[in-house]
Amino acid sequence: MTTSVSPLVKSATRESISMPPMHVAALAVQKSYRKGEHSVPVLHGVDISVRKGEFLSIIGQSGSGKSTLMHLIGLLDTPDVGEVQLEGQRIDDLPARTRDELRNRVFGFVFQFYHLLPELSLIENVLTPMMIRHSIWNYWTRRREFQDRAKAMIDRVGLGHRMTHKPSELSGGEMQRAAIARALVAQPEILLADEPTGNLDAKIGREIIDLLAQLNENEQLTIIMVTHDKSIAAQAHRTVKLCEGRIEPLSDAA
Amino acid sequence: MYKLLLCQRYLRTRYIALASIISVTLGVATMIVVNSVMAGFGSEMRDRIQGILSDIIIDTRSMNGEFDPEAKKELIRKLVGKYIVGVTATVEVHAILSFKYGPDYVPHPIMLVGIEPQSKADVGPLADYLQSYQTGERPSSEPLSWELTPTAMEDRVKKAENHRDMQRLRNEARAHREQDDLSMLPLDDELAQDEKEEEEVGKPQAGRLFVGRNLTTFTQDDPQTHQPRTYELIRPGDDVKISTVSAGVPNPVHFEATIVDTFKTGMSEYDSNLVYCNLEYLQFVRDMIRKQDGKDVSAFTSLQIKLKDYKDAPKVMEILRANFPADNYVVKTWEQRQGPLLAAVDVESSILNILLFLIITVAGFGILAIFFMIVVEKTRDIGILKALGASSAGVMSIFLSYGLLLGVVGAGAGVIVGLLFVRYINEIEALISFLTGREVFPETIYYFKDIPTHVEPLTVLWVSCGAVLIAVLASVLPARRAAQLRPVQALRYE
Repeated sequence: MTTSVSPLVKSATRESISMPPMHVAALAVQKSYRKGEHSVPVLHGVDISVRKGEFLSIIGQSGSGKSTLMHLIGLLDTPDVGEVQLEGQRIDDLPARTRDELRNRVFGFVFQFYHLLPELSLIENVLTPMMIRHSIWNYWTRRREFQDRAKAMIDRVGLGHRMTHKPSELSGGEMQRAAIARALVAQPEILLADEPTGNLDAKIGREIIDLLAQLNENEQLTIIMVTHDKSIAAQAHRTVKLCEGRIEPLSDAA
Repeated sequence: MYKLLLCQRYLRTRYIALASIISVTLGVATMIVVNSVMAGFGSEMRDRIQGILSDIIIDTRSMNGEFDPEAKKELIRKLVGKYIVGVTATVEVHAILSFKYGPDYVPHPIMLVGIEPQSKADVGPLADYLQSYQTGERPSSEPLSWELTPTAMEDRVKKAENHRDMQRLRNEARAHREQDDLSMLPLDDELAQDEKEEEEVGKPQAGRLFVGRNLTTFTQDDPQTHQPRTYELIRPGDDVKISTVSAGVPNPVHFEATIVDTFKTGMSEYDSNLVYCNLEYLQFVRDMIRKQDGKDVSAFTSLQIKLKDYKDAPKVMEILRANFPADNYVVKTWEQRQGPLLAAVDVESSILNILLFLIITVAGFGILAIFFMIVVEKTRDIGILKALGASSAGVMSIFLSYGLLLGVVGAGAGVIVGLLFVRYINEIEALISFLTGREVFPETIYYFKDIPTHVEPLTVLWVSCGAVLIAVLASVLPARRAAQLRPVQALRYE
């Protein structure tokens, strides 16, 4: 793992990312949640590192801390102890503004419950990361370019005919595809998928996993997927098991 | 960009927010309507006061007045002639007007103002307020004078004839009583008085009056129609008695005068208290004329000056104050003379504005409550946006922009509604009167045929800006709460 300061972290621009062996890593992270007066420990010093282009699945039972680990890696939360590194550079202690920018530029998120914005159409949902990234003027002047990119992404996930539909008019599988399109439109380095098939039937779930695998293979996209389904997890290069906040490696297919 | 998009979508889809828009709209519309009507009333009131008082008034400190008004008028013309349109001398004195109504005399305390019609017409539109000009009985081209109108004169002659007939009958009755040996009964004072009047009646008295309309009429509900009806107590052509005090050592002075006309300024204070009298006669009865170098020189208590442009008032005031010593004279603008009334109207207007602004503040609390609700409802969306990289400031600005948008839409709609209401206020008043069967804006009470309105663009602007500011301020707390939500906490929110 390199110790040099990554230009990515400095500028949080995709173009400036170098190619270190380890892409993202969580080192000895601990996390507890407070429930009333009690502190409930969730992660007990987890170490995990993911290489660039790797498809890693994290499995574990409910409450094992897998979603928490993913949130820490994706900078949605901060560890109590330990650190999160991107290309060898610690990122969990960066200023909030920089972490926001990293979430927008480096990470793409796919959630179990899709989490599309109900007021926006499918294409508007997909365009949201671009709207967040650019100022009004910048977005407005480049809106055709962004719209073309979003349309291409929507076509790629097979929803070209649903472009102007609201999330409430889409099926579960379609919403998850839309969420994937939204995660990918910003051209992230790392895709974090939290139970992406957890709310879908087996057939649709399989299609989603195939799509992720395809993206990983074709785009060299680093994917970290949380699931409790071993058959789904088997699609990944490597699977790690979390059990009561501790990691238990199962296989290393990469 | 996402902030604007979400604001716009929230506005279109969160119908609960319409409740806060409606309250802002109503608040703004109410403030515009109330301010416009108050400004209309204020403006009319100022016009009427200014019309009666003229622009600058020089009052003498003594009720005896100062002598030689012509010399003073000449001095004024010499000093500030280029700024003024006209100047007139008046005598103002408290008095009691009494008239016979049924068997009794009805007294009214009044302010008696002696005027000279031609020069008074130069300093104010008194003729416009006189009933004979308003009804068209006198053409507007006819100069202001103390002559009775033909109708009033005809009434007066008819009354005289009736009186004479009545007197003849009484005389006959008396002769009959004498024949029946009832001559022991003395003639009562009234008959004696009537005999005296018989010779003079039909010819107007030397004292002539313009009397405020409220002194000559009273209004009450008609028992038949249950609508307010105005009854006349006295009318042009009738005689009244005036009691006042003489100049010098105050001695009671009584004289009879004929009402030439009645006037209605629309200012209750004037219409209920003010009586104009012919200046020379008032000076004569009050003993305000003295011989000087073989000529009659009269006294005055006020000089009224009309300016070409009221903006010159401070300049003119300065010159006049320097030349009319404060020991003997008080120089004031009409605004200074009516200071307490105008100040009271201003205070009333300010208090009303504060109270009405509280309505918008209440609407602000409505926005606050609804926004908190929307923030709770949108907790997960906030989490999504943060997961996608939106900053806390960005999330906060969504709700601040939403508040701004609500304020702008609410205030904009309020301005439109308010201006339309003001534009059609008389039609609305007529409709409400028709629906309720009761006059909402009776002319007999408010002295206006139509509701006066005056829209001041600056007022509309500050009301709108104030409403928008309140809407934005009300959204600060919910916006901060939204911004402080941690993404994980928001995403896990059920």
